[in-house]
Amino acid sequence: MSRAHEQGPTAPPGSAGEVASVGGSAVDDAGRAETPTGRVGGGWRAVLGYWLAVYKRIWRSTVISSFLAPLLYLAGMGYGLGALIDSGDRTAVPGVPYVAFVATGLVAAQAMMTASAETTYNVFGAIKWLRTYDAMLVTPLRVVDLVRGHLVYVLMRLTLVAGVFVLVSLVLRAMDGPLALAAVPVAVLGGLSFATPIYAFSATIQREEGFNVLQRFVIMPLFLFSGTFFPLAQLPMGLQVIGWISPLTHTVALTRALGLGPDSPLWLEPWRFAAHVAYLALWAGAGYLLAVRALRRRMVL
Amino acid sequence: MSLIRATGLRKTFGDFVAVDGIDVEVAAGESFGFLGPNGAGKTSTMRMIGATSPVSGGELTVFGMDPASHASQIKARLGVVPQTDALDEELRVRENLLVYGRYFGLTREQVRARTGPLLEFAQLTEKSDAVVESLSGGMKRRLTIARALINEPSLLLLDEPTTGLDPQARHVLWDRLFRLKRDGVTLVLTTHYMDEAEQLCDRLVVMDHGRIVAEGSPRSLIAQHASREVLELRFDVADHAERVEEVAGIAERVEVLADRLLLYVHDGDGALETVAARGVHPLSALVRRASLEDVFLRLTGRSLIE
Amino acid sequence: MATGTTAAPARHALPFPVAMARPAALVERNLRAARHYWLTFVSGFFEPVFYLFAMGVGIGALVGSVDVDGREIPYAVFVAPAMMATSAMNGAVYDSTGNVFYKLKHSKLYRSVLSTPLRPWDIAAGEISWALLRGLIYSAAFLLVAAVAGFVPSWWALLAIPACTLIGLGFAAVGMAATTYMRSWNDMDYVQLAILPMFLFSATFYPLATYPPALQWVVQATPLYHGVDLVRGLMMGDLHVGLLVHVGYLAVFSALGLWATTRRIGTLLLT
Repeated sequence: MSRAHEQGPTAPPGSAGEVASVGGSAVDDAGRAETPTGRVGGGWRAVLGYWLAVYKRIWRSTVISSFLAPLLYLAGMGYGLGALIDSGDRTAVPGVPYVAFVATGLVAAQAMMTASAETTYNVFGAIKWLRTYDAMLVTPLRVVDLVRGHLVYVLMRLTLVAGVFVLVSLVLRAMDGPLALAAVPVAVLGGLSFATPIYAFSATIQREEGFNVLQRFVIMPLFLFSGTFFPLAQLPMGLQVIGWISPLTHTVALTRALGLGPDSPLWLEPWRFAAHVAYLALWAGAGYLLAVRALRRRMVL
Repeated sequence: MSLIRATGLRKTFGDFVAVDGIDVEVAAGESFGFLGPNGAGKTSTMRMIGATSPVSGGELTVFGMDPASHASQIKARLGVVPQTDALDEELRVRENLLVYGRYFGLTREQVRARTGPLLEFAQLTEKSDAVVESLSGGMKRRLTIARALINEPSLLLLDEPTTGLDPQARHVLWDRLFRLKRDGVTLVLTTHYMDEAEQLCDRLVVMDHGRIVAEGSPRSLIAQHASREVLELRFDVADHAERVEEVAGIAERVEVLADRLLLYVHDGDGALETVAARGVHPLSALVRRASLEDVFLRLTGRSLIE
Repeated sequence: MATGTTAAPARHALPFPVAMARPAALVERNLRAARHYWLTFVSGFFEPVFYLFAMGVGIGALVGSVDVDGREIPYAVFVAPAMMATSAMNGAVYDSTGNVFYKLKHSKLYRSVLSTPLRPWDIAAGEISWALLRGLIYSAAFLLVAAVAGFVPSWWALLAIPACTLIGLGFAAVGMAATTYMRSWNDMDYVQLAILPMFLFSATFYPLATYPPALQWVVQATPLYHGVDLVRGLMMGDLHVGLLVHVGYLAVFSALGLWATTRRIGTLLLT
């Protein structure tokens, strides 16, 4: 039940100073290295630099929600509940231990959680509380740089979170085979399919109350009803439809296929692989366009 | 009858001495000011009077009661306007007054009856259902004052009431405070603005490094520690100390600031003529009445706002 | 001009004794604020319900039934009380950490409140009462939903509502005390560190007997275990003396939290 996520209106006053310094140095660099196309400024790399600087300062406190929480879920649901399920006569997937079923689902769910945590209060705070974006936009940085830099940072965070989880799962034998490593980029893509639309949402809302609604009416239900802990097929038809709209269901289908390997009953034919990836890419891409548009509307009046 | 009586009052935070033994007495109906730069110990003093900060040493009574044992009773009769507004942003403008009144144990009817006139007083009637966040700085300040008046306090504590406001908003606020004063509310305020102290205070103490360095009415302090008028001279030099020689003997006292010389004189225009007669030609010259700023400079060797 | 020197006991005061008149002012404040954030209020009800159906229906289909003291219990019946108890914990912790931290550090609400006749104890009592009131509404609504879904076999379940209030009291009080030590929002993650393992391992999703004996002792030491087992006993109509032990544990837990909170708010704000 991850309610409180890593950053509330995170960074204490100090970080406003960091914005200035990161943004500032970027401008200096670019002043010297003006490109032939005439583009001035540090671009999205400077924005990425800001978020990395913030992360460097607060990473310790994210260890719990990023790395420990998914492992606790794996232990509690996968092993604990798994003992109960595997001893009975019913299973999630025949021949697959419940812990493997959960591990291959959790990696995707965790990517969604991380994406949501990194694009809600962080974006809203940068707009409204810390006014980080205001400070950035008085430099040559453009709105697209802000969105891209932030999303590249999210991408890095997702890679780290999914990578660690897959490695631990491999060590615990909850995932199997070299293909499991391919679950990492898939989980990252799945994370981005949430990060970009949520970014757009965060740049649009006026009051942070929207995040409670997002968390409880979108993220939480999807976490529970996207096939992470039990097959979607067990739900009534109406809920299954919602499940199939959810990008998480598609991410889980992919990570589960890769994490369990080609011999499992959940392995996918190539065209199904492609279809799931395309669906996720669609969300990520459309979300990106919406995010840029929303932030431009908000910041450039 | 004195509402506040402090003798040898001290406030320390660990090794740091914020208030270093001050004696203060404020009578009912008075308008009393603590003047001093940031860090002089004004806010610490105000918080002790407001019974939200324990006294470290010396004696303090408010309404004849000891804040240590009668905090709630004292607070019930006080109005407090803190340095930062600290309004309840989760509530609307009118609700801020309603809810605050309930903290004092007022009945809903009482609070409702008082809210209208207070909004009127704060010139916020049209804004009564607005979100607090949408108010301007001056409006928020007036709302904070209105909120502090909900319990009809006999003593109003104002910590830096106009800091951060634009000149027009300050004048509106001063006007409101004048009305309260006229209605017999005792005002105790801190400020680092001389004009504010001169406008609002019948009597004030000048504080520096936790101590009181002077006390009196604004007029008497100026008479005592400055001359009647001040002649300000600016020269085109890096260091104004170079030009002190040229004006020697003209003034009772000369202060050298980074960007100008201050000549303390009885007759400013006369002094300016003398300067010109000596063949000294400043970039600019200004004659003005002496102010509390000059008093402070004289007493501490520093200016109030740095 | 001076008005009444002490908070006059409010005339309307019905559910609160006179000593609660001042805390009641803070409850009233929160109620007013909640009106502007009603969607958040409503959304709080759905979370445990989502969990109930995910676990009861989704996982329930995989598990079938659970063996509790030799009786076979449908999984949904087993897990529903756990969801009700953990939601009481979560709600109380959420109110007393995040919301209180905001008021302590950001809105400076308590600073304003302390310049009125309210004392630190009034603030602690007011905030916790509010958390309990809110939790009471959620618990009752949850119980209704669970009963309609057929997961509640006994009428004793009605007593699970006050039991959840006791769970809420303990966690709200301790949570608020913990909040006074928080430096920034990042510290909320440490709150998660305490809550999440309890949520997962307090005999919530599977019986205590699933654990090896050594771990059973650890589980039994946690406050949520006592909450879950108490609510489960009541909802399944399985009354025994052990339930009183749970009540005693939670009462002591609450008292410690209240004592610590009052002390900490005083030292933090009245300096």
